[in-house]
Amino acid sequence: MNWQALANPARFKRLSDRLLPWFAGGAALCLAVGLYLGLVASPPDYQQGDSVRIMYVHVPAAWMAMFVYANLAVAAAASLVWRHPLADVAGRAMAPIGAAFTFLCLATGSLWGKPMWGTWWVWDARLTSVLILFFVYIAYMALNSAFDDDTRGARSSAILALVGAINLPIIKFSVDWWNTLHQPASVSRLDGPSIHASMLTPLLLMAVGFTLLFFALALVRMRAGLIERRLAALSYTRSADAGVASFR
Amino acid sequence: MKLPKARAARRRRLAVLLLAGLGLGTAAALTLTAFDDHLVFFHTPSDIADKKVPLDRQMRIGGLVEVGSLERVQGTAEVRFRVTDLEHAVPVAYVGVLPDLFREGQGVVANGKLAADGTFRAREVLARHDENYMPPEVAEALKRSGRWNETMGAGTAPPAGPPPAPATQR
Amino acid sequence: MAEFFAMGGYADFVWTAYGLTAAVLTVLAVSSVRRLKTLERDLAAAADDEHDR
Repeated sequence: MNWQALANPARFKRLSDRLLPWFAGGAALCLAVGLYLGLVASPPDYQQGDSVRIMYVHVPAAWMAMFVYANLAVAAAASLVWRHPLADVAGRAMAPIGAAFTFLCLATGSLWGKPMWGTWWVWDARLTSVLILFFVYIAYMALNSAFDDDTRGARSSAILALVGAINLPIIKFSVDWWNTLHQPASVSRLDGPSIHASMLTPLLLMAVGFTLLFFALALVRMRAGLIERRLAALSYTRSADAGVASFR
Repeated sequence: MKLPKARAARRRRLAVLLLAGLGLGTAAALTLTAFDDHLVFFHTPSDIADKKVPLDRQMRIGGLVEVGSLERVQGTAEVRFRVTDLEHAVPVAYVGVLPDLFREGQGVVANGKLAADGTFRAREVLARHDENYMPPEVAEALKRSGRWNETMGAGTAPPAGPPPAPATQR
Repeated sequence: MAEFFAMGGYADFVWTAYGLTAAVLTVLAVSSVRRLKTLERDLAAAADDEHDR
């Protein structure tokens, strides 16, 4: 595959036209089944009762917050090293999606923490590092649009995205390295998940649904970003033409 | 159309990036190691017994609510209980709303100050839970079959090894 | 049915969490698709202009 050719809006449109229905349809299916299992068919937790159902949106949102950021960091590296035009467009397209998932992770976590822990918020290592992730997303978007010159915006925000990637292992291992109010990981454990199968199934379905939704949204937003670039280039050449014309 | 010059530039940028990443990673690791003690969210009763923490300040203590220690002081809204890490225990006094998960044997984090008489006066009591999730019937079955770890569900890791994973048991 | 909506006494927390998630993701999806549609129209118009000249 010719990677440079993908930056052509028409080619990218063709590729995304082929992939988009699968992503969107798959997301709708996974989320529908996941919601049914999570809200209706799965049992309440032996300790937390029905409040455990918040887990089926909170945990996938948290995974997405980190997964989208990992993608953002890869795009940033591709932008800085290979100067691939698609990488900047991808970064700009993905950042708001990641910020939305991070916000949802924080908000639903707060709604779960109040009845179970007894507080909306604590400054423990896990919660604080995720809040920092949210701020990094916001800073990325702000920096990206802070320059008149798009390339400069893309370059400086890409550097920020790579520096911020150091936060990912901190978030992941915060619950193991320090004592926190937040409990350790339930699914990604060496000895297998500590969640009963009837609760693990909706959790994983929601996670797959969110992932497919992310891919679908990223494709749509990248297509929009490519068209925007094309339009900017057109209006640039046109004003240049006009300038030459008026000169004559 | 790959000019060798462009390829060299790309390789240089990649090297700079990797070096910068390495430096940043080392710096972060060093900083986190240096701040290790300050990132602790709560202290254990053993920390207090060993006087590892300044006792005259506001702080958080964490552990299990000792089974059989919970009592409500007659005529007031005050509750008293002992927080234990199975080695040492600290008596706690608290006036206020307790979270739904609060019960004997459960993990808690209390924020407050140690009084002169050795009682920890809590301003806030938060509950912890662990990473195990299962339906009530499964929890019952585990308890009946004797495969229930003493500290399971409490929100404090047992001293030796992880608890049996309930996910595989139906 | 009422029992389902009561969520064992955690209705406020559970339904707010799900409602918020649905709202945020819907707004994100709708705004992304709308922006693409607008831009696609703009591009078609610009291409026509180009063609006319």
